[in-house]
Amino acid sequence: MNGSLLLENKSDLIKELLEASGIHSGMHKDPETAYLVVHHDKVVGLQGLPGLEVEPQEKSDGIHIRFLVKAGTHIKKPVYLCFGMMQREGVQKILMDVTIEKRAKVNIFAHCTFPNSMNIVHRMNAEIHVENDAHYSYFERHIHGDEGGISVYPKAKVVLEEGAHFKTEFELLKGRVGLIDIDYECTCRALSVLEMMARISGRGDDVIKINETGHLLGKSARGVLTTKIAVRDKAKAEVYNTLTAGAPYARGHVDCKEIVQDQAQAKAVPVIEVNDPKAHITHEAALGSVDSKQLQTLMSRGLTEDEGVELIIKGLLR
Amino acid sequence: MEVLQLKNVTLTINDNHILHNINIDFWNGYVHAVSGPNGAGKSTLASTIMGLEGYREIQGDIIYQGENINDRSVDERARLGITMAWQDPARYEGLTIKDFLMASAKIKNEDNIRDVLASLSMNPQQYLKRALDKTLSGGERKKIELASILVNEARLVLLDEPDSGIDVESLERIFESIRLLKKRGTTVILITHSLAVLQQADHAFLMCSGEIIDKGEKEKIVKYFENKCIPCPHKNIPDEWEPAVGK
Repeated sequence: MNGSLLLENKSDLIKELLEASGIHSGMHKDPETAYLVVHHDKVVGLQGLPGLEVEPQEKSDGIHIRFLVKAGTHIKKPVYLCFGMMQREGVQKILMDVTIEKRAKVNIFAHCTFPNSMNIVHRMNAEIHVENDAHYSYFERHIHGDEGGISVYPKAKVVLEEGAHFKTEFELLKGRVGLIDIDYECTCRALSVLEMMARISGRGDDVIKINETGHLLGKSARGVLTTKIAVRDKAKAEVYNTLTAGAPYARGHVDCKEIVQDQAQAKAVPVIEVNDPKAHITHEAALGSVDSKQLQTLMSRGLTEDEGVELIIKGLLR
Repeated sequence: MEVLQLKNVTLTINDNHILHNINIDFWNGYVHAVSGPNGAGKSTLASTIMGLEGYREIQGDIIYQGENINDRSVDERARLGITMAWQDPARYEGLTIKDFLMASAKIKNEDNIRDVLASLSMNPQQYLKRALDKTLSGGERKKIELASILVNEARLVLLDEPDSGIDVESLERIFESIRLLKKRGTTVILITHSLAVLQQADHAFLMCSGEIIDKGEKEKIVKYFENKCIPCPHKNIPDEWEPAVGK
């Protein structure tokens, strides 16, 4: 859609949602900024741009969104997607069908905001197709309440055609995680580039499950899976990162770092598989308490142990 | 007047005396050097004074400004006015040099931090935003460590091998910083096996095998170190070794 849709009686709701998301509330008044705002199961704000088609449909099984960037289109400013609920309870289901056509380029800032969550389920199922030499960057920030009554299920199946570039970054640092179960899988053709990163901080009885998979099937495809997690109290984190390479000169790296405090638990299972003698994949994983030398250095400058740990974790999750 | 005293300090790890019956007085406002060959126990002594993890279970007493600080934690000792620069400083993923220096600074003032970096020939514009990680060279990281000591404004500073990894040009900057600390009235303890660093001290101690074997003016210690420790007869020609203590 080119043009804007703002439900007049929803303007306060949009403002409230944007503010809770940390987005400048004037964003939706900028005619050069595309956005989509979904509150619970309703589309409350929408603005497209030439070359960008955003078509949401409210259906009984959730919000269906067709998101398409036409061939050769470069969207200069980030496109804002805001999914959220201001109420305490409910289910939000988003089904996204994303196509970034050849040589197109777009950056998405997605905010999933549930500041008052007590009993909320948020499901996101995305099918993403990034065509030849197209660039798709998706930054997703979650903002949850302090009670932890939320379950989040982000799922994505991604196909990168030759020369395509896909970068996704998932951040959940504010509020309680509750339960999060990420499941992303990406198939990479020749010369394509995949970058997946997740940064999550869990506490209380939060449960973090991450399952990220990349298949480097094309010649010279590259992929990096990065996970940075801090868990404290009785929180649990399980990370399954899988990267396979099945073509000459495919290159990949899996990196998982988890800081564990109190009675929290962390598990990392990196799986790397190479099926071509000219391919190369590496991995590194580090799980445990904060580095003693880092902490003692900060303490020798006068920071308490808690202050030192906070600063080290802040750095890791940055 | 002494600011720090070690009285009969012994540190035993796995039944080995790493430090043995150490008795030292560090005078207020002086630049002291603790010198000796590799493995003498110099860095262990610094870690014990700082109260680092693994170096707290000692016999004897560490007295700082008249107070026994044996039971004080690292951060408590830091807040009393003691700090330490590591021989091989830690690196931090995600933190910038500015983050680290602001955390270290007594007065959280960016202008002050910029001045300190400039005094070490480090362009603040270039360095403040840089990550404090493995992208920095050993020498750069070492200078950042020293910058953090300067902005910390502690009363007693332990510098463990301050010249390691430092190029010749930067070495004079390091020495200038040591002189600046002295000018401020800070007590400095240099942990070193370098004669060039030893020359910066007013007074020196010589360590060997976990013991203090000599002390006095730096010229005397330099002479002993040159003649008796390079090479070390204690290890290489035991029959020729004559400890200086008591002579």
